[in-house]
Amino acid sequence: MAELDLSSMLFVLMLSTFVGFQVIQNVSRLLHTPLMSLTNAISAIAVVGSIIIAGEQKDALSTWLGAVAVFASVTNIVSGFLITDRMLKMFKEREPKR
Amino acid sequence: MSHGISATITQLSYLLAAGLFVFSLRWLNRPKTARRGVGAGVAGMGLAIFGTLLHPEIIGYGPIVIAALVGIAVGIPLSRVPLTAVPQRTAISHAFGGLAVGLVGTAKYMLWLGDGSLNAFRTGVICAEVILGFLTFTGSLMAAGKLQEVIPTRPITYPGQNFVNLGLLLIALGAGIALTLDPTRSFLFPLIILLSLTFGVLLIIPIGGADMPTVIALLNSYAGLAAVMMGFAMENKLLITAGALDGASGLILAIIMCRAMNRSFTNVLFGAFGQVQAAAGPAGEAKPIKSATAHDAADYLANSARVVIVPGYGMAVAQAQHRVREIYDELTKRGVDVKFAIHPVAGRMPGHMNVLLAEAEIPYDSLIEMDEINPEMPQTDVTLVVGANDVVNPAARSDKSSPIFGMPIIDADKSRMVLANKRSMNPGFAGIDNALYTADNTLMVFGDAKAVLGEIANALRAEGKAAA
Repeated sequence: MAELDLSSMLFVLMLSTFVGFQVIQNVSRLLHTPLMSLTNAISAIAVVGSIIIAGEQKDALSTWLGAVAVFASVTNIVSGFLITDRMLKMFKEREPKR
Repeated sequence: MSHGISATITQLSYLLAAGLFVFSLRWLNRPKTARRGVGAGVAGMGLAIFGTLLHPEIIGYGPIVIAALVGIAVGIPLSRVPLTAVPQRTAISHAFGGLAVGLVGTAKYMLWLGDGSLNAFRTGVICAEVILGFLTFTGSLMAAGKLQEVIPTRPITYPGQNFVNLGLLLIALGAGIALTLDPTRSFLFPLIILLSLTFGVLLIIPIGGADMPTVIALLNSYAGLAAVMMGFAMENKLLITAGALDGASGLILAIIMCRAMNRSFTNVLFGAFGQVQAAAGPAGEAKPIKSATAHDAADYLANSARVVIVPGYGMAVAQAQHRVREIYDELTKRGVDVKFAIHPVAGRMPGHMNVLLAEAEIPYDSLIEMDEINPEMPQTDVTLVVGANDVVNPAARSDKSSPIFGMPIIDADKSRMVLANKRSMNPGFAGIDNALYTADNTLMVFGDAKAVLGEIANALRAEGKAAA
């Protein structure tokens, strides 16, 4: 296995936290509920680790734990993106004056 | 060789996915581009999953496919809940996120323990991952239970509560450190899991409904941090990036919520707000309450030029947003300028009111933030308060003894007239008397929000027809 690359992981953490603060601060307050459901779906990125554990099938217990984690993550991905889109569809501007 | 190529493809798709996640949040900055943001998020997640499935360590897809199918089957109905239930859904989703992270951490620990590749770094990050994951899991389940009202929403407190909670957390952290120093003390690992699960429950028990927006945002942040820790454990930079974005988002929302209540994190988490209400104000000055019928209310509204509607959690509970829309339509038809004043903590999660009003097809340019609407309040003819309470309580400005003193509020009392709809004169969620209801320019319109607003809308409609 490659040597542990701790410093580059810490760099990634610092920079993405900074980017996150900048980007989120610009999100309209109107959309804070959809923001939360969208970040819910994005943080279901834990699916990556879950898939590896469930797919390695090193032993029965870890496969089970991984499968439950895949289930939980996929649930979040599906419901998070769908409900975000459903909510965003409702935000409409005033119709132009007739 | 093909190993090398597939590893490169995996890394490239992770890199693209991370970029797409940033764009996804970037596009959410305004309603016009927001749906594009969802598209970017879906694409990023698709790439991340694709790249992961190429991992050479994966020897069988069976469990993955079955688990994913069950996840899809559960996820679709969860995305179709009524919008009033969105706070609960969000809390459940945080719980699932925490659970996934906690389980992967547990599995990883056991596998590494088994093959002897457990070093101090791995043990340390896995402990952090498992503590964050499992406390987010039970804490979010508790929050969902309170929001769904299957658990009492009033704060539950007992003497020494903060001592017990902090003690538990410290023991869990101590066990984590002890395990990191010597990874062979594996008996500590189940203890850490148990303590984290318990801590999550105990952390939420003393928190009341009015503090839910902050708590949900904090749990959102924890779920993100847990994913970051998983990234460190699995040496995966995509996990670190996505987790950090989520963690930052939750933290910013929590800070906004705290500012909007003029409180600190520690105060929200350990303050048990609204539990004991010390004898409020000088006793015995029961001011008379003036009330109006729905018909009177309709008259006042129809004869004004500027109306501001202040929605609160009560509107969500009564599902009254569509009646609000009818009133909005009738008044707009008459040329009345109608705006909505949105307090950041109105409702049970950040932005809750905006989503409900958008569902009722009220254009978003009529939804005005507190800081923008307050200067307009003195020129407002009628302010209609629908199920909001603490966010319009003038005691926050004037009464130093009030528990909500210093909290920024919507200055409803400064408008020429206030019509306040309430079920009864029971104090609001925080259990605090509201001076707005006894003010000289306030008329109370008692009754269920949906029924009363429906009557007002009908009265406006009938009157409109009679005039035509």
